[in-house]
Amino acid sequence: MPSARHCSKGSGRNDRQMDNIIEVENLDFGYEAGSLTLENVSFSVPRGSAGCIVGPNGGGKSTLLKLLLGLLVPVSGEIRIFGTTPVAAREKVGYMPQYHKLDAAFPVSVLEVALMGRMRRNFWGRYSKADRIAALEALDEMGIADLEKRSFSALSGGQRQRVLIARALAGQPELLLLDEPTANIDPGAEEQFHGALECLRKRMTVLTVSHDLGFVSCGNDLVICVNRFVSLHEAATFTAEAANAVYHHDVDMIKHTHHCFCNCTGGECHHD
Amino acid sequence: MIDFFHQLFQPEMSFLHLALVLGVLASPALGVIGTLVVTRRISSIAGAGAHAALGGVGIALYLQRVLLWSWCTATVGAVAGAVAAALLVGVVSLSAREREDTVIAVVWALGMSLGLLFLDKTPGYVDLQGYLFGNILLVTKNDLWMTLALNAVVVIPAVVFYNPLLATCFDGTFAVLRGVRTSLFYLVLLALTALTVVLLINVVGIVLVIALLTLPAAAAGCFTRHLWSMMVCSGILSALFISAGLLLSFYFSLPSGPVIVLAAALVYVIALFFSSRRRGEKSSAGGN
Repeated sequence: MPSARHCSKGSGRNDRQMDNIIEVENLDFGYEAGSLTLENVSFSVPRGSAGCIVGPNGGGKSTLLKLLLGLLVPVSGEIRIFGTTPVAAREKVGYMPQYHKLDAAFPVSVLEVALMGRMRRNFWGRYSKADRIAALEALDEMGIADLEKRSFSALSGGQRQRVLIARALAGQPELLLLDEPTANIDPGAEEQFHGALECLRKRMTVLTVSHDLGFVSCGNDLVICVNRFVSLHEAATFTAEAANAVYHHDVDMIKHTHHCFCNCTGGECHHD
Repeated sequence: MIDFFHQLFQPEMSFLHLALVLGVLASPALGVIGTLVVTRRISSIAGAGAHAALGGVGIALYLQRVLLWSWCTATVGAVAGAVAAALLVGVVSLSAREREDTVIAVVWALGMSLGLLFLDKTPGYVDLQGYLFGNILLVTKNDLWMTLALNAVVVIPAVVFYNPLLATCFDGTFAVLRGVRTSLFYLVLLALTALTVVLLINVVGIVLVIALLTLPAAAAGCFTRHLWSMMVCSGILSALFISAGLLLSFYFSLPSGPVIVLAAALVYVIALFFSSRRRGEKSSAGGN
């Protein structure tokens, strides 16, 4: 069970100055010359927001994420993260990829994975005692400190996903980018995940990529719709009509694909 | 210990003795490189390097015998061919990932073709069979020194840069985000893989060398939980397979390469069987 140790500090979101953590201006991007995957994209994300990046498959969600991480370079336009370039801002950004994109048989322990989040630009890449403590705290925060010595390949999908979030958290980021965190995990694990996410949102800006429109109503306050063009919506006013405009066809999945497990009241943390 | 090394470099050492010592000396490097090749899934690049080595050998022997460039030996050619091929594939895969397998196939076949053509036009006897399927009579004492040097350039960096190496192999994208120069690691790994492959060509031959590189590591991977323990275990298994294979082949007058590879394959299949049974029990108990 996730521990509630770090969940008490609820200060972050409201009293911090609402400056923009991400600023994207007139961005164009295409993998090949002549065809744009993302076109004329401009948006900004204030510090402390909880945002959800939604859109159809192939619409450019992953591309946008890679641009924000500085793994891809825009054809034109500008991206500023923490007022600087995506590459320079990487130290403050935590990233969680989808676990099933990694080699399931790789011989590595849970603690070793979490420690990777502490890797710094030093020549040798040795870990200090402080690095170990931070990695263990991150595992503890995700409720999997007891799995520390286990082999990563022996874990369930939900556990692996939480190890990867812990790895992102071990670097003590101010911005957390999660790529499809609830894809391929079982409903029980998804419920736990929403609880953990609720706590993280109190401390840092969290952007979550999701193919699942039901995810929008899970404690998000911003919806970033990506389908070649990008539009920003308030989660509270994000309706089926707005979703239709993004997906270009009737979206009735909002009603019955899937319901949200978490108690998203935005106040206390509910898990024990 | 000193006496042992003294014995090793005696002039009257038998060819079997020499091959045996080479195999055991190469095993630390083999353990490290084999593990990285298996976990990074680059065995086909290693294969392309091995086959391109024949191209290098062909061109080198041609230059040596026709143009009388005496420095241009078969070993020089093999190293140049294998390293160039591995780096070429590496650069292509870093810049355009989707064409990687095509480039590997082209380099693989091109290396063989060039080698066969040049060897055909090279005057004098060339032991093509020996290059393809191994010939421990071709192992020289120089190879022993090269093996020691290879261990130094493979094992020391693997220990010193273990953490970034682990991060690169497990999740390259994340390692980039944490400031690790993964492309550099990748290209160095490919070059060292090519060198390891060249060194083992005399023992098992171009065709079978990928098996010797991957089978011990794959078997070790069935029952190890860390990258470093997989490396150590795979090094020990390599030494065992090479010595057992060489001794068996000597006493039963069989070609050494196939015997070594069959011994390794047998152990791999057994390891795979037990680990899949263990995994089966675990997943039926734990669920997803």
